[in-house]
Amino acid sequence: MTRRLTFNIFRYNPQDPESVPHTDNFVLEEAERMTLYIALTKIREEQDHSLTFDFCCRAGICGACAMVINGRPGLACKTLTKDLPDEITLMPLPVFKLVGDLSVDTGTWFSAMNEKVESWVHTNKKMDPTVQEERMNNALAEEIYELERCVECGCCVAACGTANMRQDFLGAVALNRIARFIMDPRDERTEKEYFEVVGTDEGIFGCMGLLACEDVCPKQLPLQDQLGILRRQMGWTAVKQLFHIAK
Amino acid sequence: METIYTDLLSIGAGLAGERVAVEAAVAGFDTICLSIVPPRRSHSSAAQGGMQASLGNCAMGQGDNPDVHFQDTVKGSDWGCDQEVARMFAETAPIAVREMAFWGIPWNRVVPGKSTYYKGGKQFEKVEAKEKEGLITARDFGGTAKWRTCYTSDGTGHTLLYTMDNKAVEAGVRVHDRMEAISLIHDGETCMGAVARCMKTGKLRVYLAKATLIATGGYGRIYRETTNAVINDGSGAIIALDTGIVPIGNPEAIQFHPTGIVPTHILVTEGCRGDGGTLLDVDEKRFMHEYEPTKAELASRDVVSRWMTHHIRQGKGVPSPYGNHLWLDIRHLGADHIKTKLREVEEICNNFLGVDPITQLIPVRPAQHYTMAGVRTNKDGAAYGLKGLFSAGEAACWDMHGFNRLGGNSLAETIVAGRIVGIKLVEFLKGYEVKFNTQAIKDRVAIDKERIERLVGCKDGRENVYAVRNAMQDQLMDKVGIFRNGKDLQSAVDNLQVIYERSKKVGLHSNGIGASPELSLAIKIQGMLRLALCVAHGACVRTESRGCHAREDFPERNDGDWLKRTLATWKEGDVLPTLNYEPVTKVIELPPGDRGYGSTKIIS
Repeated sequence: MTRRLTFNIFRYNPQDPESVPHTDNFVLEEAERMTLYIALTKIREEQDHSLTFDFCCRAGICGACAMVINGRPGLACKTLTKDLPDEITLMPLPVFKLVGDLSVDTGTWFSAMNEKVESWVHTNKKMDPTVQEERMNNALAEEIYELERCVECGCCVAACGTANMRQDFLGAVALNRIARFIMDPRDERTEKEYFEVVGTDEGIFGCMGLLACEDVCPKQLPLQDQLGILRRQMGWTAVKQLFHIAK
Repeated sequence: METIYTDLLSIGAGLAGERVAVEAAVAGFDTICLSIVPPRRSHSSAAQGGMQASLGNCAMGQGDNPDVHFQDTVKGSDWGCDQEVARMFAETAPIAVREMAFWGIPWNRVVPGKSTYYKGGKQFEKVEAKEKEGLITARDFGGTAKWRTCYTSDGTGHTLLYTMDNKAVEAGVRVHDRMEAISLIHDGETCMGAVARCMKTGKLRVYLAKATLIATGGYGRIYRETTNAVINDGSGAIIALDTGIVPIGNPEAIQFHPTGIVPTHILVTEGCRGDGGTLLDVDEKRFMHEYEPTKAELASRDVVSRWMTHHIRQGKGVPSPYGNHLWLDIRHLGADHIKTKLREVEEICNNFLGVDPITQLIPVRPAQHYTMAGVRTNKDGAAYGLKGLFSAGEAACWDMHGFNRLGGNSLAETIVAGRIVGIKLVEFLKGYEVKFNTQAIKDRVAIDKERIERLVGCKDGRENVYAVRNAMQDQLMDKVGIFRNGKDLQSAVDNLQVIYERSKKVGLHSNGIGASPELSLAIKIQGMLRLALCVAHGACVRTESRGCHAREDFPERNDGDWLKRTLATWKEGDVLPTLNYEPVTKVIELPPGDRGYGSTKIIS
């Protein structure tokens, strides 16, 4: 039995003075193995050429297609229509600036985040191309990779109670990033330096512990654990700073 | 018109573009990357398997060195590559890998002791040396004599791209994302930058630069079925071709992969077949052993793709709402094996197909995968024809891949070429001043503004841009695909010329205000058709088989007549590209010979 799917899609083009925010309905016959990528592309090409949304890799790797799918942030490319009811409501991610319809400007947000947490290995060493690489334990490399798997899709930010209330909150994505560098022996930043970035209300102490971030993460990153560990580390650093013994 | 000046303008912020940009920024030059997506969403991230570099740290890589890597690369290219470039590449790859380690890549490392691995469904044992513990390790990939592919689990492209963008942020490279270059500004001799369209607001902007780099990746999306991201529509190649001066090298050199899942054509790894997976047809019967009695499913990428296409043409495909396909069967490998050794395949099937590969068949068919073709450059990355224009990565025809790229050499090219071209580009910038010709800038902006007005106002017609694109994709997929022959190729050229005329009558069905995805496609549709004609015409004229270019009517590799590279340019007003040729390589270190796999018929 082929289902007829009804898509209720948020529409608004902020560049068009005549555009007002509203919902449009599109009807589509479901086909086997249909994902939201297949469905939305079909709607745009066959029903409304102006429909705006973002897909890039369409394979769950790049993080471009996050949107709110029946009330829950997720990647549209890895959402199969067979797992959804006949009626599907699609909204753009909150928190991020709207580009149009389902498309939001994650680029500006994430590039500011990467600058703020200084998301790179800080070292005073100089690269010498003629010598063998420094050794690393494989288990540690895999542990770092586990946190490095984040695709900056924005789902954790969109689902975060704090991020929805205050614009300066760094979000689970940034806290996870810092946890990744703390774990990496190549990064020579001190406890104090990390504390300056995330030991604040904009950082780890702004987290209310609702943990929707972990629930919606399409890469199933261990955000709950990382936020817990980071909170403890930064708490200790705060205590040590009281006694002037922080490194 | 808003105008921005910079020393280096990189069109593209994937691995190659950002690596060049980092080199320039570290040297103190003002550097801007344009990207149609936030940089970390670039298609570089999708390369999961790894990158080749002859470190020789792991047990199965013992004795490896740049000489062996060089030979594998030249053989892989079917002697279509520039050997000087392949040599530089193989020598630099180990340095580039170590540099990325220094910048933060969590490369998988050597774990000493015994471990097992699978080949052809059988289990083998290897022992890693104690003294190599903690050095960067490597895995096996097709077409290589040694295990040489460095990796981070199943996300090598992802970690490389994130680390590279981290480095770019640190170095002060500015990325203007959702900004698409729609033309190059030049006066016939010198490139002065680009006109770009903001994909947030729809506004045009002029970027003036001393040096401009095209690093926009491949153009797989001119094909109907491709493993490429939706952004890989060839915009960089198009603006280069539109100059009328800069050539596309070997436009006909296109690689296909046997197992894209249907309908989205996301890749499932060759490891499925390597471990003993089989291909089945509509009757759920194996067929590869009938065509290739000895190797069956384990024949090389191009050979398997060809027979799959042939078998579908024989009416043995499985009908579906997305067209005919075949089945990949890995059920007999068992849950244990699939859940550990083919975990990524299990995830792709469950997430993107709703298919459980432990109990169900996987729908697959061959799909376009890689463009060896690209903006033709010299060994320094400088484009032919225009001073101040450069290119690197998949967008370029540098040309280390010739007519076939080896697995693991694409990621490697991005950071190796990025490093080499970056260093050369810095040398160029240090001794170079450019005069900006305001007339050329004004003229270019006027042309682009008018193009957009005509599209939005439907001044030339109301052809549906998606219908035109689909018609183009069908021609390439069906007639300029895996199997090629003179009759089909000529028919494709003829039909593409008709579709090209249709593309000139495209008009928007929406208002074109703001981000407008329809306008974005409409602006480049004519360029896509010109590019498609370069591919089809180039393939039609090349009467031999070499690497991925497989002619049914000319099955031999013909070194006597065709040991040369196609250079396609497009003169304004023409209906076909102009094809010129040059020798594939100035330096011959490894004389043409037998690859040791694939077709062995060679005319010397």
